[in-house]
Amino acid sequence: MNPIFKILSGLGSQVTSRIWRLGSATRLFLLTLIYSGESFRRIHLTIREIYFTGVMSLIIIIVSAFFVGMVLGLQGYYTLQKYGSSESIGVLVALALLRELGPVITALLFAGRAGTAITAEIGLMKATEQLSAMEMMAVSPIARIIAPRFWAGVISMPILASIFSMVGVMGGYLVAVPIIGVDHGAFWSQMNVNIDFRFDVINGLIKSVVFGIACTIIALYEGFDAPPTAEGVSRATTSTVVTSSLTVLGLDFILTSFMIAH
Amino acid sequence: MIQKNIVEIKNLSFGYDNRMLHKDINMVFPRGKVTAIMGGSGCGKTTILRLIGGQIKPKAGQVSVDGKIVHKQDRQGIYELRRKMGMLFQHGALFTDLSVFDNVAFPIREHTKLPESMIRDLVLMKLNAVGLRGAHKLMATELSGGMARRVALARAIALDPDIIMYDEPFAGLDPISMAVICDLIRTLNDALGATSIIVTHDVEEAFSFADYIYFIADGIVAAEGTPKELSKSKLPFVHQFVHGEKDGPVPFHYNAPSYKKDIYESI
Amino acid sequence: MDKTTLDIWVGLFVAMGIAALMGLAMKVGNLTSNTLGETYAVTANYENIGGLKPRAPVKSSGVVVGRIDSIKFDTKAYQAVVTLKIDKRYPFPKDTFANIYTSGLLGEQYISLEAGGDDRFLKEGDRISKTQDAVVLEKLISQFLYNKATEEPKK
Repeated sequence: MNPIFKILSGLGSQVTSRIWRLGSATRLFLLTLIYSGESFRRIHLTIREIYFTGVMSLIIIIVSAFFVGMVLGLQGYYTLQKYGSSESIGVLVALALLRELGPVITALLFAGRAGTAITAEIGLMKATEQLSAMEMMAVSPIARIIAPRFWAGVISMPILASIFSMVGVMGGYLVAVPIIGVDHGAFWSQMNVNIDFRFDVINGLIKSVVFGIACTIIALYEGFDAPPTAEGVSRATTSTVVTSSLTVLGLDFILTSFMIAH
Repeated sequence: MIQKNIVEIKNLSFGYDNRMLHKDINMVFPRGKVTAIMGGSGCGKTTILRLIGGQIKPKAGQVSVDGKIVHKQDRQGIYELRRKMGMLFQHGALFTDLSVFDNVAFPIREHTKLPESMIRDLVLMKLNAVGLRGAHKLMATELSGGMARRVALARAIALDPDIIMYDEPFAGLDPISMAVICDLIRTLNDALGATSIIVTHDVEEAFSFADYIYFIADGIVAAEGTPKELSKSKLPFVHQFVHGEKDGPVPFHYNAPSYKKDIYESI
Repeated sequence: MDKTTLDIWVGLFVAMGIAALMGLAMKVGNLTSNTLGETYAVTANYENIGGLKPRAPVKSSGVVVGRIDSIKFDTKAYQAVVTLKIDKRYPFPKDTFANIYTSGLLGEQYISLEAGGDDRFLKEGDRISKTQDAVVLEKLISQFLYNKATEEPKK
């Protein structure tokens, strides 16, 4: 009986601790929203963070987008040409990017690059008592440190996702038209007819904003909650990537179902 | 009416689920005096500073600052109390992305609307008081431990607080830096007309500048008095601590079953 | 990193994002063609709309001139009422035919407008009276089988 009890209670404690953490993270999210006034009144705080999360992620986003677009072009072409539909390559690349790959891959890259940086920074500030010092100086660390980073993430994500989709389409174009030889006009016109601004572009944007909120809050929470030791911070950064990735993929499914059913 | 004791701790009990750190403690900190809190590691000295600053709430009893009970204050109330306090954290806790100047200017910029020219004068004044005016352009990450702590001290006194709290200010410092900090604690206290509370386990230093000392052990105030009284104390705990004895009321051996049993068991 | 450099980079970043979004909207999506234009709404009734969906195109001579706005059911006449939104640049006469065709063999269904010769033009809220229902595959097959069956005796 005993080993079974142990396994069950171990499982139970895993579940309860995750639920507890979820509640804790939600609480941080609500506090961040409440204390957000400062992030906009002193917009420079937020602008500084947009630089560190958004601008610094540009290189990895652009390079990845280019390669993803090119691969889509290549793979798509070789499959489509079997059905004689190689002219639809533009549609394939654009749809795949706008609806799914743009928001999702951007979110995963964001979590890996900007998310871990945020977690490490906040975890370190906690470990060196900088957050405590701020509290003792009657400055709310949530208003001053957490909220500006939150809004920076939420603003940066849709921008990065749009750039990703656009660069991806250009990458696909590069492979399809000059290299493979698909007709330039066909590439764009097919795309034009088959893509609806509202459904595809706007929905993609909505997804990226939701992912932005999720990834940034996860990164902030992991840093804020990390044990104030070197090991604790390092574990927290790993946790940020894992949790963000799973959350993004899960949310993607939920959002896609909503959008398709609508 | 101005109270004699700027901080009063009455019947304070605090602890976590598995153990109580403080059991029914009473302490007073008179205005203008330098009071030291001493004790072994992990006895809850730093926690008392956090209780005074309102970062944690007592389980029973009360801590009052300037006549106001800390844990009963609302957000605005705590904010006002903290403006009267300056705290020096154990390793400085300077903001790593700011320069020395910006670190000291931080509380001034956050809490006052003074123009930059005035802020510059104030910051340089505070840095001068700790002897680091020439270093104001350096980044916080470029400082040595002792210098970082002095800058943190300048930051703690930026708004001329009534209470200055020090959390283990001598930990890990070389003898020269220690002497500097020692001197600063006394000088600043008298110059600013403030009250200083120092948490430390450095006996020699504390005895050199403190007006009054509290000893915490096993969750209670084991002993208190002026440095003179305590150095003559016959209490075994105080004696062991003051004279740095290896064994005494604080035992050398961690709790373990009989040595003989342990050795024979492994055979 | 001083304040102005930071601001410049962030400004550039946001500008890039907006540019990408505009690029996506215009080149990739079809924002310029349809959605920006003003439209007028007309209705058409059908016995069977087949697989027609809202937002399907309304074409004339193969050119997209509008979109299906909504599809409702009339409980009095037991017919489908389709609301079309046609771009204001393209007026159609009152006796226009609105037929449901299929794109390709198995593609999506759309409404094709064939202009009549009337002098009067359709206005907002008018009803197109000349309609042709969608071709339903099952009816086609049963008709084919029926024809085949009636042919049999001829030997």
